[in-house]
Amino acid sequence: MSTDRFRDLSNTALAGRLGVPRVPLLRRYEPGQALLPGPALVTSVGAGRFAKPIAALVEESGQHVVDEVGDQKLAAVVVDLTAAVALDDLAAARAILTPAVRKLAPSGRLLLLGPEPAEASARSGVEAAATAQALDGLVRTIAKELRAGATANLLVVAADAPPAAVDSSVRFFLSARSAYVDGQVVRVGVPVGSPRDPAAMDSPTAPEKPLAGRVAVVTGAARGIGAAIADTLARDGATLVVVDVPAAGENLAKVANRTGGTALQLDITAVDAPERLVAHLTQRHGRVDLLVHNAGITRDKLLANMDPDRWNAVLNVNLRAQLRITEALLADGTLLQDGSRIVCVSSQSGIGGNRGQANYVASKAGIIGMVRALAPVVAERGVTINAVAPGFIETEMTARMPVGTREAGRRVNSLRQGGLPVDVAETIGWLGQAESGGVNGHVVRVCGQSMLGA
Amino acid sequence: MQSTPRRAAVIGGNRIPFARANGRYARASNLDMLTTTLDGLVARFGLAGERLGEVVAGAVLKHSRDFNLTREAVLGSRLAPSTPAYDVQQACGTGLEAAILVANKIALGQIESGVAGGVDTASDAPIAVNEDLRKVLVAINGAKTVQQRLKLLAKLRPGQIVPDIPRNSEPRTGLSMGEHAAITAKEWGVSREAQDELAAASHRNLAAAYERGFLDDLVTPYLGLTRDDNLRPDSSVEKLAKLGPVFGKQLGDEATMTAGNSTPLTDGAALALLGSDEWAAEHKLPVLAHFVDAETAAVDYVHGRDGLLTAPVYAVPRLLERNGLTLQDFDFYEIHEAFASTVLATLKAWEDVEFAKDRLGLDAPLGPIDRSRLNVTGSSLAAGHPFAATGGRIVATLAKLVHEKGTGEGGRKARGLISICAAGGQGVVAILEAA
Ligand SMILES: NC(=O)c1ccc[n+]([C@@H]2O[C@H](COP(=O)([O-])OP(=O)(O)OC[C@H]3O[C@@H](n4cnc5c(N)ncnc54)[C@H](O)[C@@H]3O)[C@@H](O)[C@H]2O)c1
Repeated sequence: MSTDRFRDLSNTALAGRLGVPRVPLLRRYEPGQALLPGPALVTSVGAGRFAKPIAALVEESGQHVVDEVGDQKLAAVVVDLTAAVALDDLAAARAILTPAVRKLAPSGRLLLLGPEPAEASARSGVEAAATAQALDGLVRTIAKELRAGATANLLVVAADAPPAAVDSSVRFFLSARSAYVDGQVVRVGVPVGSPRDPAAMDSPTAPEKPLAGRVAVVTGAARGIGAAIADTLARDGATLVVVDVPAAGENLAKVANRTGGTALQLDITAVDAPERLVAHLTQRHGRVDLLVHNAGITRDKLLANMDPDRWNAVLNVNLRAQLRITEALLADGTLLQDGSRIVCVSSQSGIGGNRGQANYVASKAGIIGMVRALAPVVAERGVTINAVAPGFIETEMTARMPVGTREAGRRVNSLRQGGLPVDVAETIGWLGQAESGGVNGHVVRVCGQSMLGA
Repeated sequence: MQSTPRRAAVIGGNRIPFARANGRYARASNLDMLTTTLDGLVARFGLAGERLGEVVAGAVLKHSRDFNLTREAVLGSRLAPSTPAYDVQQACGTGLEAAILVANKIALGQIESGVAGGVDTASDAPIAVNEDLRKVLVAINGAKTVQQRLKLLAKLRPGQIVPDIPRNSEPRTGLSMGEHAAITAKEWGVSREAQDELAAASHRNLAAAYERGFLDDLVTPYLGLTRDDNLRPDSSVEKLAKLGPVFGKQLGDEATMTAGNSTPLTDGAALALLGSDEWAAEHKLPVLAHFVDAETAAVDYVHGRDGLLTAPVYAVPRLLERNGLTLQDFDFYEIHEAFASTVLATLKAWEDVEFAKDRLGLDAPLGPIDRSRLNVTGSSLAAGHPFAATGGRIVATLAKLVHEKGTGEGGRKARGLISICAAGGQGVVAILEAA
């Protein structure tokens, strides 16, 4: 992995005296770390039904909650705006947020909860819809204005979602696990599948192991982001089945052994790959609680010079294999159960396009189409499917980029740095929890609010 | 045959790609390769931290530091350090003999699980000092004063410093294994063409097996090598016909054995995972095959009439008789290709009426086999043959083959025969049956 020397230099005393803009060191999760390093402001505008349970959640984690801005630095600011219907409510939010952002600590978290514009419109009229939509632009702007590794995100909550539906998402966005997820808007609906008792799932005796007892499959896990996903899911308690091409078996075995999982050497594009994966999972585990489609390749060329081999190779690995494997698992009928989760690794290029990557972009955009189409289908079985779209992530792939492109990729985002593989992994860990059933058919960017494709 | 309480299950295996000597694994030791292969097996079957009944393996070419090779490999692996281990050595029969030992303990209920196989490096072969030098060094070690030591050192002559490199030759005949095989080939009239055909088939079959993903769960890449580097997918009888003889050269025009139809010196390791059916079920692991029975034979190749590598010719009829089977009752034959001529001479001996009567004491010969069932995913000519590793490679391969086939003629369980010849005039053979 390439190291970000500029970030390190920018944090020296000399750089400070020279006025070089500081690239913040992001706070990241470590086992045993508390949800927040300092007190949180949790409040609401109007009669929001989430502020209270969220305050309780924070207090339960051992952190102090305040309802007004004081002298103290704040580790997090949570404003429940789900009851906001008018421009006056927005003004009230401004009155809370202006002093609050000034008190936000480095790597602080600003989290807004708002209503769905369409629902707001139907229930309370046009001004409510305008108010709801205003939050979208507001949070994206706050994210751009915040400094020192602080992030701002918005949960758009469906009117009929019970308060507990947002718990796993609130935990993720407040914690250091969401270090590189910034300026994002995530919709939380009524959780799919049978109702879950969060207390039973997120066992209070093991809050550090939100994936305890879950069987997770990760493709492309021999290195890079896939290996980080395996490590992170194992850390959170999952039992791993790591998959990669036979030629990558040497590293794959190491990942399997360090995570206490099993290695499955399989080219996911092989004709019988779906069948072999299903047979393997049936024999070894009888189920799969989290399927992570991570394997991906690039074969860059301008479209004008694109040959069918390059096109097909990328589409086959990045998209066709995901379609076929998902289809086979759904057809099997027993492996994916109520509470199972599917997460696909897309890319910000799949959203914004990228010169020289027509094949890659088509595959990554295709993933988003697949996720949206499958979401209502799998929901009937209590299963969710989501995508994560990484931005610039420091891996062997990005280390090989020309210096100019790499520097540009790193800096054109609100956190002024590339993300780490673990940042993508943490996001997948959140979406992979049984408790995250409220998020379905969504694309979560892990990009530090990159300007590319935004 | 007496009924055993239960049959050991073959669950799977792991090997590293085999590398031609002094190549990719030139700097890897037996311990490196065995430990890595064990870790690959642990990864494939999710055994990290697990205590197994035992791990049994060995090497033919061993350094003195390798005295507890297998136990050291276990300690360096992800298996629980409470897993016992020991070394065995029966030349090229080592891997299969190890599997027999583990299978027998499982059958007797003494252990529930075990790993068997072996490793060899021809690159990192133990180089010893010659006998003269050894005497001087021992004396120096025993000397009391520096002066005495210097005096002894001064006596050293260049001839004494020539190292003793292990040779692939029989101590009692001084002949290399290839020379022995050449004698047997001549005796049985094994033609050059037949040998080259067998060699080409081995390469073709192994290449096809790789292509269809058959080795995906049998091999784990090592030191950047992803396939056996002796494998020539484009090998052909025509190309092999161009090679000059390397063994039996004194036969002149009649010499048939070339570098193409003999196995090269190779480095590598292979292991098979065995267990009871219950242990496999508890660990949600598949049972590919059961270990049915095994037999070991030895021949007097020094003074008698038998060839060095012909012991399996004797072992198989005894094994068949004990199990009430004929040679034709098998769906797969895994006959280790030490040399193409060895396989062909073995098959000829089983077909020979006189030999059956005079030497095997049988009324009729065992008869021919269906050659399309022989070494169907290639064997040592293509993969290479790190001596002690071959047994583990074959056990795992055959277990997978009978599992894939499921049933043979008349709906009986698919069955396979393993035959491995070994230095010292020994032969180890075994039967596996689909679970
Ligand atoms: N690195 C980034 O900045 C970045 C950005 C956006 C998206 N992504 C996506 O994240 C995922 C992981 O990327 P990475 O940077 O870790 O790449 P990587 O090349 O380091 O790892 C990809 C892994 O997938 C495996 N793989 C490839 N083809 C396969 C096949 N047919 N069957 C099984 N495994 C196969 C590879 O062997 C490799 O181990 C990819 O989908 C990639 O498109 C990466």
